[in-house]
Amino acid sequence: MATKRNRPKFEGATIEQLAAAKEVIISTGSGGVGKTTAAAAIGAMAATHLGGRILVLTVDPAKRLANALGLERFGNTEVQVPPAAFRAAGVEPRGELWAAMLDTKQSWDDLIRQHAPDAATRDAILANPLYQNITGKFIQSHDYVAMERLYEIHTTGRYDLIVVDTPPTRNAIDFLDAPERMADFFSSRLLRWLIAPYRSRVVSFASKPFYNVADRVLGSQFLSDIAEFFILFQSMYEGFVTRAKAVQHLVEGPATSFVVVSTLEAAPAREAEFFMELLAERKLHLGALVLNKVLPTFLLDRSASASARKMSTDPAQVASRLGPLGDPAVLERVVAEIGENFANYNVVAKREAEQRAEMGRLPDVVVAVPTLENDVADLGGLLALGDYLWR
Amino acid sequence: MAAASGSLLERRLLFVTGKGGVGKTTVAAAFAVMAASQGRRTLVCEVDAKGNLADSFSVDALKYAPTEILPNLFAMAMDTEQSLKEYLKLHLHVPLVSRLGPLARTFDFVATAAPGVKEILTVGKLAYEVRENNFDLVVVDASATGHVVGQLGSPVAMSELVRVGIVRQQTDWMIDMLVDPAVTGVVIVATPEEMPVNETLELVERLDAETGIDIAAVIANRVLPELFGRAEEATFEKIDTPAGRAKMVAVVGDGANAAIDAAGLAVRLRRSRAVHLATLRDRLPESVPLLFLPYLFTKTHGMRTTHRVAEHLAEELL
Repeated sequence: MATKRNRPKFEGATIEQLAAAKEVIISTGSGGVGKTTAAAAIGAMAATHLGGRILVLTVDPAKRLANALGLERFGNTEVQVPPAAFRAAGVEPRGELWAAMLDTKQSWDDLIRQHAPDAATRDAILANPLYQNITGKFIQSHDYVAMERLYEIHTTGRYDLIVVDTPPTRNAIDFLDAPERMADFFSSRLLRWLIAPYRSRVVSFASKPFYNVADRVLGSQFLSDIAEFFILFQSMYEGFVTRAKAVQHLVEGPATSFVVVSTLEAAPAREAEFFMELLAERKLHLGALVLNKVLPTFLLDRSASASARKMSTDPAQVASRLGPLGDPAVLERVVAEIGENFANYNVVAKREAEQRAEMGRLPDVVVAVPTLENDVADLGGLLALGDYLWR
Repeated sequence: MAAASGSLLERRLLFVTGKGGVGKTTVAAAFAVMAASQGRRTLVCEVDAKGNLADSFSVDALKYAPTEILPNLFAMAMDTEQSLKEYLKLHLHVPLVSRLGPLARTFDFVATAAPGVKEILTVGKLAYEVRENNFDLVVVDASATGHVVGQLGSPVAMSELVRVGIVRQQTDWMIDMLVDPAVTGVVIVATPEEMPVNETLELVERLDAETGIDIAAVIANRVLPELFGRAEEATFEKIDTPAGRAKMVAVVGDGANAAIDAAGLAVRLRRSRAVHLATLRDRLPESVPLLFLPYLFTKTHGMRTTHRVAEHLAEELL
């Protein structure tokens, strides 16, 4: 399916090859394009055909992958997809498929336990109300732990391939910047300035109005909660920054590749293009573009358009020439519907074809996955989808 | 459903959410177009600054300051830093703020690490526009299902953290407004597919349990048309046989096969989605109105599509 572009490509570059060669594949794209399912399908195919131990790590707060894999639920711990599920799908896997979902709260707690300099600091952080709110409820904290956890699992050496499904961030690349942002944050002067009065009683003349305002707006209790939180966190600064760099190193390194998933709807396609440009800018490895939920090409058939037109413009005449196929009035309606329906789908198929033609900067591997008539409900469904990805 | 639909339109603050890719921005835009065309002064705000709302109106990038799109229709893009500045200007002496140059920057910084601040600045700004009667209706193209509880729950979360001070006074009136079903409602958009339906049902439960904010409606979007009734289907099955196809080719030409394939595809797609539509209908609490919008076989974007969705929405709410 991939065509030759400006630079030469090796014959037969495929997602299969990518899965065989890389240690980490990061599946990304905007919400609703099927990146979770694509990630799971790549993992399932790798476990089936390539062998080894494969982990699919989903970082979405919704329990999507659990559904797709037919697992009741799985938390931060890695769970093996039972070999029986493969046999039920009619295949004998060469390797093992494991799955894990990111539990943000749990991951943060683990991180604190790991980086806290002593037990007192650890307990103080875990009990801080601000900390509990951040880790339990809010969005941005997913990004950081997602990358952090990927790094940690990769480092254990337990898996031959980790396929990661990225969180549905506002912007598909937020999670990439998360480790760096976290490091920046802890090294910032602004932060030190903010918490200064809680470290010493001496507040400089210049910063005094700031604290007065902050106190009026937020109240002193909240301010001291914030200050305590950051003071405690700063004790883990070294650990975090070192870690953030290591995470970045993994993502930028040769072991990692990105698979961008998109539909041929305008908004996701635009986001996919934007993301591919960013990957190029950062010299990150773009392994493949998966165009998902694409309508079949027979909907573009010109002769079908002509035939459909005859059906919808004069269904009575077409029906009368078809001969006895039941009630003539019903037959006429059916003929008209067939014609009308083709014209409808033809419009959408054309729009998709145009969208595809306009997408710039395509990677060597571009895979189209057709709109599936049935949802992926089990491993069999994942493997059926995977067959398209593997081609 | 009629009474509930009526109250849907009478609300002042509507948060439109849904799983990514279900068309929530288009539905939010269509709601706003419909309300504005009925003479209500309407503000629609995009929260995730992706620019999709601007596309829905076929206009250039939106800014924090509302742009007039049509008579009675204003659109803006949320910018939490601007919201913070506006807030400080309202509640503090202006000269003081201007002397504290880095304040906004610092808060933005704190907001990055102490999230909840951004969410409350978003919700606060929109609730403020309603409270001040600057608009009859504020429609929010809100965060996706996975994040919207955090967004809508931010005033409560904040009030638990901040016990005194100006912020605390603010969260109280915001919470009152958000939990008043006569004022505020959430509209969840779902397509008839497994994940969007599951996420919708989960969100209905979570919103109720964690925020107490009323669900104004669930919208099943992109519902495929039913091609054939029962009698038609039996006839189609006769056509979709080697003999039937041969006859059709003889009458309308070689393209008949692809046209028949397309009809078969449409029937099967509709059938697989009908299951999810049924799940949605069965498991949604009876008190929540379920509205339907058809799949539009058109270009996906722009004001033309938004208008068509608005027309269907108005019909559905009659």
